[in-house]
Amino acid sequence: MKIDRRCFLSLVIGGAVGTTLTPVPWKLTDDIAIWTQNWPWTPTPEKGPSVYKKSVCTLCNGGCGINVRTVKGQAKTIAGQADYPVNRGSLCPMGISATQHLYGPSRIQSPMKRTGDRGQGKWEKISWAEAISTVSEKLAELRSRKKPHTVACIAESDRGTVPYLLQRFLTAYGSPNFIRTPSSFDAQEQALYLTQGKHGTIGYDLANAEFILSFGCALMDGWGTPGQMLSASADFKQKNKLVQVEPRLSDTAALASQWVAAKPGTEAALALGLAHVIVRDNLYNKDFVDNYAFGFEAWEDENGTVHQGYKSLLKQYPPKKVAGITGIDKGTIESLARKFSRAKHSVAICGRGSGMVPGGMDEALAVFALNALVGNINQPGGVTAIPEPDYWPEMQRDKTASNGMQQPRVDGAESDRFPNTRYLLNRVPEAINSAKDESPIQALLVAGGNPLYTMADTETAKKAFDKIPFIASFSTYMDETAQYADILLPNHHFLERYEDVPTPAGTPTRVIGLTRPVVETRHDTRHIGDTLINIAGSLGGFIENAFPWGNYEEFLKQTLAGQWDSLEKQGYWVDPEFMPPAWEEAFQTPSGKYEFYPSQRSNPSGKDADALPGFRQVELPGVQEKMPLTLMPYASARIAGGAVANPPFMTKTVDADVIRDGDVFVEINPKTAKEHDFSEGDAAVLKTPAGKARVRIHLFEGLMPGLVAMPVGLGHAAFSDYIAGKGANVNALLTDVTDPGSGLNAGWGSRASLVKA
Amino acid sequence: MTKQARHTKTKRYGMVIDLDRCTGCGACMVACYAENNVPFRKDESDKMLSLNWLRVFKVDNGKPFPDTEICYIPKPCMQCDGRHMEGHSPCVSVCPAVATDYDEPTGVVSQIYTRCFGCRYCMAACPYHARKFNWWDPVWPADMEKYLNPDVSARMRGVVEKCSFCYHRYQKARDSAYVEGRDEIAENEYQPACAEACPTRAITFGDLLNPEHEVYELSRSKKAFRLLEKLKTNPKVYYLTAKNWVRRKADNYLEGESPADRKPAHKAETASH
Repeated sequence: MKIDRRCFLSLVIGGAVGTTLTPVPWKLTDDIAIWTQNWPWTPTPEKGPSVYKKSVCTLCNGGCGINVRTVKGQAKTIAGQADYPVNRGSLCPMGISATQHLYGPSRIQSPMKRTGDRGQGKWEKISWAEAISTVSEKLAELRSRKKPHTVACIAESDRGTVPYLLQRFLTAYGSPNFIRTPSSFDAQEQALYLTQGKHGTIGYDLANAEFILSFGCALMDGWGTPGQMLSASADFKQKNKLVQVEPRLSDTAALASQWVAAKPGTEAALALGLAHVIVRDNLYNKDFVDNYAFGFEAWEDENGTVHQGYKSLLKQYPPKKVAGITGIDKGTIESLARKFSRAKHSVAICGRGSGMVPGGMDEALAVFALNALVGNINQPGGVTAIPEPDYWPEMQRDKTASNGMQQPRVDGAESDRFPNTRYLLNRVPEAINSAKDESPIQALLVAGGNPLYTMADTETAKKAFDKIPFIASFSTYMDETAQYADILLPNHHFLERYEDVPTPAGTPTRVIGLTRPVVETRHDTRHIGDTLINIAGSLGGFIENAFPWGNYEEFLKQTLAGQWDSLEKQGYWVDPEFMPPAWEEAFQTPSGKYEFYPSQRSNPSGKDADALPGFRQVELPGVQEKMPLTLMPYASARIAGGAVANPPFMTKTVDADVIRDGDVFVEINPKTAKEHDFSEGDAAVLKTPAGKARVRIHLFEGLMPGLVAMPVGLGHAAFSDYIAGKGANVNALLTDVTDPGSGLNAGWGSRASLVKA
Repeated sequence: MTKQARHTKTKRYGMVIDLDRCTGCGACMVACYAENNVPFRKDESDKMLSLNWLRVFKVDNGKPFPDTEICYIPKPCMQCDGRHMEGHSPCVSVCPAVATDYDEPTGVVSQIYTRCFGCRYCMAACPYHARKFNWWDPVWPADMEKYLNPDVSARMRGVVEKCSFCYHRYQKARDSAYVEGRDEIAENEYQPACAEACPTRAITFGDLLNPEHEVYELSRSKKAFRLLEKLKTNPKVYYLTAKNWVRRKADNYLEGESPADRKPAHKAETASH
């Protein structure tokens, strides 16, 4: 057909008119609009009045008071509880985003048993009756074979009613193996015992201190109670009272009035150097040292042997020598010592990073001694021992249980080698892996913590767990350890349950907080206290008799009857009678005084030098020639480094030069980068004696050359797709370094190498 | 009706963030995301597609170890006022759908999701990267829809979103003031989620025109400055710092030009209402 002008015009005009008249283009445009903006599919949350409920966050051991906004019974947003005596209204991002975990896909929704291989993730739902009978049959069988001591229980805390019920259960059952997960407070509490003769929670009155000397504590990134520290930060800053000792310009160092970049691992030397200056210049508190302290001067024991005192130990640490060890110049050491001793209330604190690793006893004792030198024990702005809760009911146990309790602990704590250490989870993998016959732990109850993520050298820990025939987890979330268990008995989420939270470590008053249900239980979960009562009931006999309560709530109310009114009304109870005792009555050591020479310290050599807190370089694993760099983990308030992983909101806040596209960035100084030919963003393999990980490079001037800093809390392998597989776990790259006298992990880092990927 | 709407004073809500107090903890960000139903993705380490209303940036002075200093800069929507406080904000001027508008009584720059058709001109115009685009429909896995705040509508793919100074909180406060027969709301009745959550109390919020509000004095302090002031966007988010190097980071300074030479940051008094 030939197209002439007339035909062409009629086609074009006809087409235009036709297109305009048919509904097709309009319908298509409309469809496109609807498709690009899916109105009906967006959720519309139910409206209703806001109801605010008070509770206490238990995501870490910090124990901050929270105020939860609920609408129609659902938790919406979380803020700090303004009058709560610990955090005073401040809350960390992890606490604020707790609703994401409450409603998120990481929850274990019912009791389950493993059907595939360990860690494979194949599970079958079971009833609570079956779950409880499976656990109690296993426990009954071990008891009938007279092996109750082969049961171990891991928990995150040893204080409060739930940890108490766990300990009570083990005692009635016959196992000494209650193990608290490691933290820097292991070392600090032991130092408290060695110097003051008391078991208790350590309290630092930072609010009333005029000068705070922090030996690497990540005060702004999770140390102690995060909410409390954050709320105090403005005070630290305005009053210029914080000095931070650390090789990395952390958020805490940035806030401090002075950043002292000492070489990592030399903190004890610096503390001794400061003490040297204070004693040399007679700047110490003579009243305290002369009248209430022991072992400052040389002393004679009952056999007439003369022992070296702390004062003569300090002679070995003149500023010049300490400057050589720490890399801090002499003048800074001198001026720091003078500032510390001249301020009205000075306090020195320890616990590297967010306090996940105990650290060595020398360091803790050397730092404690600084506080004693200025007499800042049980004073405003000083260090106080907060007594442990002691309101527990009596119980009786049978012969099997008594015999079991006589057995040595699996982890070697409280043994002749480590007499003053109460828990040594870090030694459990070796105890199992080196056992000739069967594993010394035949059944493991994981009632808190997430050891297969948080322990150093997680691969070795996993190997040890492989040899434990029976692992039960009470975890709320499908964490790394729960994923490796045989049976899951999920606890309620903390926003769904009752629990008491006694004085968090670092808090200078005696408080109890009440965690309580703010929403209804969402899944087929059960309170761990109730589960324990059920298991005890099904084991029968003395064990059942030790648990005479109908349920956990009844036990809780009975135990805290005196405080219940206040707990119910305010959400907390503060001991109105608690006053730090005067120096005359404060110390329960053999000498009845504060011990500069810790006479109870485990000291097989018998040498004074080994009892006194001198400086001994911690030998990091690895050969320096092959691994010229030093890996140092660092804490960040935006990354949860503990048992519970970051919810998506938290990962959203993390900068693109910390994590990006699944890769974690390690910080190195530009100088180090130049030496090793790295530039910003390069992919690399980070190797340590414990393992290797794919990382990327971020150049940061604020890090000491030669170090590699890696954030703690990434690289989870469990929880859910929203959490797993982002970055690498720094714990897997670290190795346990046993502190000689205490057995605690003194390993603050590892030798490492970086190779281009 | 027994009550009659009476004239209320014009407000210019603004924020003052003390950078010398901020420790970069991230509580403000998380509180914002929870309050405003900000969506998240399965892989939040994918920073190209991660969406947020408030980010806290880390900057350093670039000096070698150990003279390095760092500072955190929280960055919400700047709620630009335009040259003469008339709301001639970069995003408002370019929006072809009136989806983003300037609220005369409060000075808050709005974002109306039902009007937005996703052309993203506003994102191109915004010099602060305060605006984010929903490339996908948000998904709240498991029961996570249950925590959504009923006061803020969830968005859908194809729209732009940004910080609103928690305007829904203003509406609520105004409503309850109205019910109680009051014309004005108190300073503490309207606080955005980030200011409320800040554990270090670095964020102060209020009416920049009201001498009784804390922000009035703070925004007029010698330490106050704003981001990219040379663009004359006239933001209502002020920052405080005593450090000159931080101020230099906040704008493009010529060689030899110092932030100290600049005129005081505050322009709010020129408001003509």
